[in-house]
Amino acid sequence: MIENLNVIVATDCGSTTTKAILIEKKGAEYRQTFRGEAPTTVEAPFEDVTRGVLNAFAELEELSGRKILDGEKVITPAQGDTGVDIYISTSSAGGGLQMMVAGAVKTMSAQSAQKAALGAGAIVMDVIASNDKRLPHEKIERIRDLRPDMILLSGGTDGGTVSHVVELAEFIGAANPRPRLGMTFQLPVIYAGNKEAQGRVSDVLKTKTALRITDNLRPLLESENLGPARQEIQNLFLEHVMAHAPGYKNLMAWTGIPIMPTPGAVGEIIQTAARKDNINVVGVDIGGATTDVFSVFDGVFNRTVSANFGMSYSISNVIAETGIENIMKWLPFEIEEADIRNRIKNKMIRPTTIPQLLEDLILEHAIAREALRLSFVQHKALAVGLKGVQKQKDISESFDRAAEKETLIEMNRLDLIVGSGGVLSHAPRRSQAMMMMIDAFQPQGVTMIAVDSIFMMPHLGVLSTINEKAATEVFEKDCLIYLGPCISLTNSGKYGSQCLDCVITYPDGKKQEESLLFGEIKVFALREGEKAEVEVTPARQFDLGEGKGQKITEEVTGGVVGLVIDARGRPLDLDGSKGKESMDKVLSKWNRAFDAYPE
Amino acid sequence: MTHAYTPGLRLADKLQIRKDRNLPLPGDVIVNKGDMVKSDDIVARTNLPGKVHSVNVINRLAILPNDLRKNMLKKEGDSVVKDEPIAETSPFIKMFKSICLSPITGVIESISDITGQVLLREPPKPVQISAYIDGRVVETIENEGVVIEANATFIQGIFGIGGETTGELQVIVNSPDDIVKPEDIKEEHRGKIIAGGSIIYFDAIIKALDTGVKGIVVGGIRDKDINELLGYDLGVAITGSEDINITIIITEGFGQIRMAQKTFDMLKHREGSVASINGATQIRAGVVRPEIIVPYNEEDTAGELAEEISTESNESAGISIGDQVRIIRNPNFGVLGKVKNLPSELQTIETEAKARVLEVEFPDGRTAIVPRANIEAIEG
Repeated sequence: MIENLNVIVATDCGSTTTKAILIEKKGAEYRQTFRGEAPTTVEAPFEDVTRGVLNAFAELEELSGRKILDGEKVITPAQGDTGVDIYISTSSAGGGLQMMVAGAVKTMSAQSAQKAALGAGAIVMDVIASNDKRLPHEKIERIRDLRPDMILLSGGTDGGTVSHVVELAEFIGAANPRPRLGMTFQLPVIYAGNKEAQGRVSDVLKTKTALRITDNLRPLLESENLGPARQEIQNLFLEHVMAHAPGYKNLMAWTGIPIMPTPGAVGEIIQTAARKDNINVVGVDIGGATTDVFSVFDGVFNRTVSANFGMSYSISNVIAETGIENIMKWLPFEIEEADIRNRIKNKMIRPTTIPQLLEDLILEHAIAREALRLSFVQHKALAVGLKGVQKQKDISESFDRAAEKETLIEMNRLDLIVGSGGVLSHAPRRSQAMMMMIDAFQPQGVTMIAVDSIFMMPHLGVLSTINEKAATEVFEKDCLIYLGPCISLTNSGKYGSQCLDCVITYPDGKKQEESLLFGEIKVFALREGEKAEVEVTPARQFDLGEGKGQKITEEVTGGVVGLVIDARGRPLDLDGSKGKESMDKVLSKWNRAFDAYPE
Repeated sequence: MTHAYTPGLRLADKLQIRKDRNLPLPGDVIVNKGDMVKSDDIVARTNLPGKVHSVNVINRLAILPNDLRKNMLKKEGDSVVKDEPIAETSPFIKMFKSICLSPITGVIESISDITGQVLLREPPKPVQISAYIDGRVVETIENEGVVIEANATFIQGIFGIGGETTGELQVIVNSPDDIVKPEDIKEEHRGKIIAGGSIIYFDAIIKALDTGVKGIVVGGIRDKDINELLGYDLGVAITGSEDINITIIITEGFGQIRMAQKTFDMLKHREGSVASINGATQIRAGVVRPEIIVPYNEEDTAGELAEEISTESNESAGISIGDQVRIIRNPNFGVLGKVKNLPSELQTIETEAKARVLEVEFPDGRTAIVPRANIEAIEG
């Protein structure tokens, strides 16, 4: 915790843009005041990240009137209109942190290792496990071909299997992998497995790799200990990956605290927010190349990255994964499949273009829904309880056991969904962002939906590690834009049947009553910060999370879009054949309910 | 504000090209500085380590890990041939003897008395690097590779599939608007790189493959046809390693789009020369675009000065009033025009987004407001 911070400058060095924000203490509270950005300069011809940072600072200086730089040096501490108290930064430039993880059992130590790497902000390129059904030479080829920034090796509880872990170490040794950056350096390998295998693993790997040994991340079947491995990953990220990326040595000298990987920082602020209000949160950041999903449920943090779901570089992969028919079902107009395919590929090859026609915007929003949905499916599959707990079983039994399907993400206990990334933060109408998130995540019961206004979650995440108060104040006041609460069914039913009655009582005593049929969605006026009491009574076959036919009464706070009551059922079914109307008419009705697009 | 920063593809009739030809692992460089090389000449070679195979010898012999070494017939570093015994037990009664045979020809890489695993490695695989372009070796980097220099026509495409190939360049249509039809592709095009107009459909691609055409350069292609050709949906835009026996480069985009006149004229001008093309495309940070390189004979260009390849990224070139631009998003996708106006204030476009825009005037006198993100500069 660093006290006495009055002026903070923070940057996030992304793959394409370096974003700088200024946070100042105004009276007793911290506020984000100015923002500047410039293209990231990690690639040729500049090959020096600090150029982009200096350009972003120059824009901040111009807008704020504060002198931040003395030549190429950040002025500290702040005095009047000159200088800042601290400079902090995150980075995902140059492809971020790319890791490979290995563990003895796919659903046990390998999965814990995957969680540790993801939580530290890495993209996991592959998970190697003793029981992943690949032949040894296939594993070795894979390790050699992928060229990760580092490898995390785990396996075995303390006192458990030694041979499986040493076998994995032998595979890594035989592959003799080279790091992605800094050709002359040895690849960093972190060993966080059975402590009794430390010596043997060291014998196999110490001469071939830059081996680090840390505490076992799965010391017992019943518990994970991901902290030490995550810390070691972040240390190595700075020492090896960042130190070999162009210009980072200088940047590291400028910052007051170590540079964090961008997704690791976003995870920090989501955890901080969940902890402060004791709520369950899902956060998503949909970028051009990747989509990150974060969740905190009952205090348990999980992060996943869907490395090839995004809105520009990876847009085509969303179609490859979900199928073109799943995109077309979201379009309220007729269009030929070949035409859509060409449009999407043209966006992929010219990723910086923006939709000019309304039809193109609606198409991008359709793809975003699928990218978000698929990323969330992947997240739910990884955010699970520990495997191997509660049942007495030996390791060989675990080998054949299919992954249990129990996810920690219980949709009707989710309090807040936060969306970030261009397609959500910069949607021309906020209601479009809200619709995309409701359609993709399909919340149940009562859930608040919000967006990150100008993508400052990474900056606030790294700030939260030194001053939680400043980070949470800015997060709530300037970062989040509350779109509104969404009240949804948890089950499905017959289209057009009487579904629910609601009564909204506003603070001035005014009441609004409405009935919804199954398949309808409505938006009610409830301004940002305005509170209202909502009483919703479902018909006897419908459930709002309290049981079939059970009424719910909640005090809700409004947002810039309003209060949404969603009677379309879960899972959301877009099969038009079940209703009397064609699906494009139904979609148009839903869009009109949100006033989502110009008519 | 009089400038806009927009992407653009490189296009030059005569450019000094330098190509790094590097080995994947250290090896031997077999040409000398100053040598003239042809595109298919080998300039460097090395050996890639062979595949690793593992044999769990203790399971095969039903012995304990501690007993492995005394049952091994081979030690680390020894050569073995396929089916040669590498370990055997020596029981009191000989008929109970177990033997473990080598699954490959290669060497013993390691013997583990913890896991009981023996790793064997196949013999190294030789890899050779060709010059790829006709030119002169201007630099040799010991054990790593060479740099080849040539004066050449250089055209960047927007997207491609398939790797490096060379062949005589032949334009097979009359105009950049023309569709490349199956009947345009004839036996005489075997081993050549054919260049066409606005689009090539699947039937003509198959005809080209059957004829033995080495490469196709065309304005546009349908994604549907690429999908059919590859047999899968192309997800992430990292290409160049497709196993399709042909390299395809599109210069404009997906769908039917007239090839830019200048590109067409340049290809026509270099018809009959040997072109080196590579479809490899990577659309990420550190973008890689496909390329068409048509070197000039050194004698032909002696004394002439070629334009030096710019070290500045042309993707940050400025746009000014009067510049030629191409619209790269609907509506008017692919249409060329001149910048008429560069208003500095943000404007609301049809989607209701506020964007920085410019006004483009088309050859027929019509004008349109286009987001600056949706145009690219046309060189020349």
